Amino acid sequence: MPVNQDFAGRTFPATKPYEVSRVKIAEFADAIGDPSPVYRDKDAAVAAGYPDVIAPPTFPIVVTMASSGAAAADPGLGLNYAMVVHGEQRFEYTRPLHAGDVVTAQSTIESIRSVGSNTLLNTRTDLQTVAGEHVCAAFSIIVERGGAG
Amino acid sequence: MTAQVKYADVEVGSDLPAASFPVSRLSLVKYCGASGDFNVIHWNERIATSVGLPNVIAHGMFTMAQAGRYITDWAGDPGAMTEFGVRFSAPVVVPDDDTGATIEVTGTVEEKLDGNRVAIALTARSAGAKVLTRARAVVRLP
Repeated sequence: MPVNQDFAGRTFPATKPYEVSRVKIAEFADAIGDPSPVYRDKDAAVAAGYPDVIAPPTFPIVVTMASSGAAAADPGLGLNYAMVVHGEQRFEYTRPLHAGDVVTAQSTIESIRSVGSNTLLNTRTDLQTVAGEHVCAAFSIIVERGGAG
Repeated sequence: MTAQVKYADVEVGSDLPAASFPVSRLSLVKYCGASGDFNVIHWNERIATSVGLPNVIAHGMFTMAQAGRYITDWAGDPGAMTEFGVRFSAPVVVPDDDTGATIEVTGTVEEKLDGNRVAIALTARSAGAKVLTRARAVVRLP
């Protein structure tokens, strides 16, 4: 089934609120092998000028991927998810995410392009607090290899 | 905390010290749990090889995280990043042995921007292959 071009420009509903916890940040920092105390110790984070422990720069993917992934998996889009790989990723940060933030993610499919036999899907996902403060925007390109089967 | 680099001391074209980051099968299992990305190609060799991969491969976002750490270690402030983007150009192949793989990261100061921001061009290699291309981070320095 070919990918449905009508989905280009479509914005999906925001995700349910996600509460950023110190434990999850520490687990993520451990998993990427980064020993920085600013990810684990509130006093160190406060001394560095933050309200609480902050999350590593790539941590927002935990929240944004759930949103952009749901958009890409919409059955109406017709993407063959088994053939999908992550092509590019970019973040623009308004401020670091920190423990205690309660955020929602909202994704838009910005474009759908064919390059050779591949289909490239550009998504933008905005992360903001439930109070409406923008935290970051995540831009992903996912690639469906081999084109429509 | 690491001493912070000052904007005034940064020179366009200067190289950041290179760094290497290890990645083992355990790293990937931990990253699966921490990120929620349990795609089988990151932990199951049987399925990874059946879909044409040489072996289990690291999550692209794991590799991006190592490049991110490289930048925040240099800047001395994990919250200094204002922009960070990469293209995943080749997989990091992680064998099932006691060594695993290594991700080697280098960076060069590409540009000094307004607002005390500095753009760094990054490269990341593993087993001789460029695993990230068009990788660029912007940090705000004091």
